[in-house]
Amino acid sequence: MKIESHAGFINQQRIGLQKLKPDIPRITVGLATCGAAVGGTAIFERLKKSIEEQGLDISLIPTGCIGYCREEPIVTITHPGKPLVLLHKVQEEDTDEILRAVKSGSVPFDKALCQIEAWDHLMGYTINYGEGFEEIPLYEEIPFFGRQHKVILRDTGLINPEDIDEFIAVGGYSAAYLALTGMHPDQVLEEVEKSGLRGRGGAGFPAGLKWRITREKESDIKYIICNGDEGDPGAYMNRNEMESDPHMLIEGMILGAYAIGVQEGLIYIRAEYPLAIKRLKHAIEQAREYGILGPNIFGTAFSFDIQIAIGAGAFVCGESTALIASIEGRTGRPHPRPPRLTDSGLWGKPTDLNNVETWCNVPVIIKNGSDWYTTIGAPNNTGTKVFSLVGDVDKVGLVEVPLGTTLSTIVFDVGNGGADGKQVKAVQTGGPSGGCIPARLFDTTVDYESLNAIGTIMGSGGIVVMDEETDMVDIARYFISFATGESCGKCIPCREGLKHLLLLLNRILAGKGTDADLVTLKDLSETIVATSLCGLGQSAPNPVLTTLAYFREEYEELVRS
Amino acid sequence: MDEKILDDIISRYDSPSGRLLGILGEIQNSERYIPRESLDMLAAKLSVPLSQLYSLVTFYSFFSLQPVGDHRVTVCMGTACHVKGAAAILKTLEQLLRLPEGVTEETRSPVTTEDNAFTLEIARCFGACSIAPVLRVDNNLYGYATPDGLPAILEEYGWRKHED
Repeated sequence: MKIESHAGFINQQRIGLQKLKPDIPRITVGLATCGAAVGGTAIFERLKKSIEEQGLDISLIPTGCIGYCREEPIVTITHPGKPLVLLHKVQEEDTDEILRAVKSGSVPFDKALCQIEAWDHLMGYTINYGEGFEEIPLYEEIPFFGRQHKVILRDTGLINPEDIDEFIAVGGYSAAYLALTGMHPDQVLEEVEKSGLRGRGGAGFPAGLKWRITREKESDIKYIICNGDEGDPGAYMNRNEMESDPHMLIEGMILGAYAIGVQEGLIYIRAEYPLAIKRLKHAIEQAREYGILGPNIFGTAFSFDIQIAIGAGAFVCGESTALIASIEGRTGRPHPRPPRLTDSGLWGKPTDLNNVETWCNVPVIIKNGSDWYTTIGAPNNTGTKVFSLVGDVDKVGLVEVPLGTTLSTIVFDVGNGGADGKQVKAVQTGGPSGGCIPARLFDTTVDYESLNAIGTIMGSGGIVVMDEETDMVDIARYFISFATGESCGKCIPCREGLKHLLLLLNRILAGKGTDADLVTLKDLSETIVATSLCGLGQSAPNPVLTTLAYFREEYEELVRS
Repeated sequence: MDEKILDDIISRYDSPSGRLLGILGEIQNSERYIPRESLDMLAAKLSVPLSQLYSLVTFYSFFSLQPVGDHRVTVCMGTACHVKGAAAILKTLEQLLRLPEGVTEETRSPVTTEDNAFTLEIARCFGACSIAPVLRVDNNLYGYATPDGLPAILEEYGWRKHED
């Protein structure tokens, strides 16, 4: 049924709230890709079978991922009027014990990680679960959670990503409703500009400015596109955002389309993310049924729809002009800019392209205002950023912190340092375009400018931790091998230059390198940076340049051995 | 590939945006590779030069022009998997599946066992970095992989240890 009035919207919220806080116990299982793969699916199926067989009055719901990946599979239990309890490292064999406890109005305490008494979903809605189970620590008391500031991940792992009603219950689509029924597009645009939101794909271009440039172009047709290609190895925050809270992305795009004056949107997703594709397709269908996508959204004069385009496995397609070529059915080879996409993008029309997480920031900005948003983060680096903290770190997971947080806080306070008690040696940020940062520079704040100053980039948000046993020359070689394989071959510096970097690194690693090779390595890297056509080539040598700068002794040792 | 299946796939793409890669992706999923005759049919139906389709299927790593084995084993080579030992996973799989030539870095092309039971290949990153190292067999993801644990995974797909 279409939502075409305020009363209709409120009614749908009420329906959603009944699902989120039913009068019966509710059990959820985290079923994003990782949780499903490490046993979540089996746990869900077993619980479902037992509940059916025993005829239990329990609501069993799949959710996305709450981000504490190391503790997966995660199951939550909520009794009416009691806190939401997170169980961790649940095994299939635990399901009987879980159901026994739930039937008796309790929870399996030995499996409990923490409890949530109330949760502010930031869109004007706080879900009050209740109090009780004093022996279980509070969510805030868990260091991994307590040091985070969840804005983008405010719903993930708590709501059912396949049910639009639950999203609406926690304030979802209320920003879109507010804007479409009560704000001029210029007001929406101004709020995003004032918020200082910068592109979360890594380059940090002001999102509002890009919107304004696209809005001011004269054209019969314009497009907005969401870049969900997330090609950086080691990064998976966009996957989780799409899998765990797909409607948040859709709402962000609706607001962008309204502000810019666009009727057609596309989400470009990599083929490696089948679950994200499935959930987004489902979410788009649901939004259309509710009149939130399609003609006359919320009964207003504004119409907008989204379709999905699926990539086919090419890292370079994260580059904007290559992404467009891919959508148009051509090989993903970049062309020089200008023309920029805002001048001539998809099918030659003005196009605004933003990363998944950039779009996801928009609803909360419009709902709470730019003044609220700018209190989070650092000057000129407002808001939060989600990072995937992976590799040799103790607490692996998705971490959301305000921009301006130090690397040390992320790696040690949230991540609890190296895995298995080993020393952390470095982190790598920004994927194949980023660099390796030694532990002595971990006081660096994570913002666009500070990371650039030490030779790396924010990138899409992958932070790969490397411990004392990591061979940094091998890491440099790994990234150059990756970039060599993914170079589209159009320009010579990237195609040939990277190949020769790889040959040099192979020779050095084989113990056959010379001092002269180290000079060549640096010269060639700098040449590739200066002369490549697109961002892939211009940034590909960064892993070599940063390891040469910060871990030169490892190269020298290999050369002199 | 049956012409009717192809017509069905094509009918699902009414917008030109994302159309060609979408259709090729569905052919790949349906046939598990891109048969030459499907490309010919598609070129004729859409009035697209065969050369353009060929350039797409050879540029994008998701497509394969060669039939693959009954089961597809894909090892993730993302950064987190790399630091967690993906190289050892790949090497062990090459030994277990008796593929001495292996998946070379230069070509990055898949290799298939003689009995056509398994195809071994690498992927850039599944984005399942939290459970690294990761491999995928057909559509099933396996996290926290170890070389010692690989025979048990392969056995689920009918692999048996060679007696020699």
